[in-house]
Amino acid sequence: MTENKQGMTDQVVLRVEDLHKAYGENQVLRGVSLSIRRGETKVVIGPSGTGKSTLLRCINQLTVPDSGRVWLGEIEATSREADINRIRAQIGFVFQSFNLFTHLNALENVRIGPMKVRGMSKEEATKLAMEELDRVGLGDKAEAYPAELSGGQQQRVSIARALAMSPLLILFDEPTSALDPELIGEVLSVMIALAREGMTMLVVSHEMGFARSVADEIIFMEHGVIVEQGPPAQLFSASKEPRTREFLHKITELYGDQG
Amino acid sequence: MEFFKFAGSILPRLIEAAGTTLELTACAITLGFIVGIFLALGRVYGNRPIRAVTSVYVQFFRGTPLLAQLLLIYYGLPPYLAMVGLKITPFVAAVFGLGLNSAAYQAEYFRGAIQSIESGQMMAARSIGLSKVKAIRHVILPQALRIVIPSWSNELIYSIKYSSLAYFLSLTELTFAGKKIALHTARTFDTYVIVALIYLVIVLVVSRLLLMLENRVRVPGLGGNAEHR
Repeated sequence: MTENKQGMTDQVVLRVEDLHKAYGENQVLRGVSLSIRRGETKVVIGPSGTGKSTLLRCINQLTVPDSGRVWLGEIEATSREADINRIRAQIGFVFQSFNLFTHLNALENVRIGPMKVRGMSKEEATKLAMEELDRVGLGDKAEAYPAELSGGQQQRVSIARALAMSPLLILFDEPTSALDPELIGEVLSVMIALAREGMTMLVVSHEMGFARSVADEIIFMEHGVIVEQGPPAQLFSASKEPRTREFLHKITELYGDQG
Repeated sequence: MEFFKFAGSILPRLIEAAGTTLELTACAITLGFIVGIFLALGRVYGNRPIRAVTSVYVQFFRGTPLLAQLLLIYYGLPPYLAMVGLKITPFVAAVFGLGLNSAAYQAEYFRGAIQSIESGQMMAARSIGLSKVKAIRHVILPQALRIVIPSWSNELIYSIKYSSLAYFLSLTELTFAGKKIALHTARTFDTYVIVALIYLVIVLVVSRLLLMLENRVRVPGLGGNAEHR
C-alpha cells in the first residue's frame, strides 16, 4: 500500500514520547510512544477504556498529559513556550460525535477556521470551503445546517472542516462509532480516499476493513500501553502477543472482516 | 364617551412620559446586557476569584430590593460623587439602578444558556486552533444568544414595568406622569386605567418584536420552535 502513496518521505510528522495521563487513581495512559511519517496511516485498536481517545486528545493538548512529550515536526507541542493554537491549527481532529458548530451551515462550518484562524478573506475561505465540501461529496449541501444532515453527512462535513486547515495530519477519534451501519460506508470511503491521496492519519477505529486496506500499521493498545504494533498483514497472521490475537479474533467476529 | 374625551386630553402628556419610560428601559436593558454578558462569562469561564466576585454581584443585586438599590444610588451616592465633582440626574441614576440590577438577572439567563451548550462545541472550536476568546465569540455566544431569547424576553418585559420605580427618583416616566395627572384632575381610576393600557400596548408590541427576532435568527436544531407558540 505505502508505495502507492504520493509524497511519501521519511519526514516524521508526529512523535509521541512516553505519554502519561491519569484521572485521579485511574491511570489511562502509562507510557505511550509512537511516531508517524508523512503520508502514513496508522490505526489504533483496543478494548474500550484503554486510553485510545485520551491519547488523541493528549496529542493536540485538548487534554493536557501529566508527562511525556509530543512533537509536531520540529516543534514540541508539549513545551510551555509552544503556541498551542498554532499547533492545533495544523492538527485536524475528527470527533466521534462530529461536533459541527450548530449555528453554522455546512459551508460556514468549514469556512470558520480558514477565516478566523488563518486570517483568510471571506471570498478565499468560501472558495476553499466549497472545494473541501466537494472533496467529501457534499458540495450540494453547503447551505444545510447540521441538524438537517444525516450523521454520515455531518461527519463528512467535519472532515472537510479539518481539511480546510491544510493540516499536517488528521486525528480521527472513532469517526464511525456514532453512525448507523448504513452510513458508515460513506465516511470510510472519504477516509480511504484521503489515505490514498497521502494524508497523514492517526485513526482510532475498529473498522478492520478500513485498517486492512489503508493502514500502514495497526497499533494494539490495552491498559494504557501499546501491546503490539505492525503492518495489518503481520498482525492478522503472525501476531506475537496472545492478547492481540484474542482481540483481533473477537473484533473480526463482531464487526466482520470488512468492518 | 366622556372617558374617551378625558383620555384624549391627557394622552399627549402620557405618551411623552411613555417616551421617557422607553428611553430609560432601553438604556437600562443595554447596560444590563453588556454587564450581564461579562458576568456570565466570568461565572462560567473565570478563575476562582473572578467567579467569586461575579457570584457576589449576582447575589447582591438579586437578593436586595430594586427600590432600595435605586434609592441608594440616587440619594446615597451623591455626597461621595460630589467629592470627585460628579452629579447624578434622576435619569442616570435610574439607568444605573435598573441596568445593574437587570445585569444580575441577565447574567443568570446567559449563564444557563452557555452551560446548556454541549462541551463538544468548545472542544471542536479549540481543535481547529481558535483561542478560547475567539471560540467564545464565534461559537459559544452566537449559540447562547439564540437560546436565551425567550427567557431574555421576559427580562425585557419586567424591565419595562420595573422602570416605573423611577417614580421614586422623581423621574417623570409614565407612572409618575399618571400620578401627577390623577392628583390634578382627581380622576384617579380613569387615569391609572389609561396608564396601565399604555404599558400593556408597549409590552405587547415588544413581545411581538422579540418573537420576530427569535424567528429571524432561528437555526434548525438550536433552541425552541418559536413559530409554534
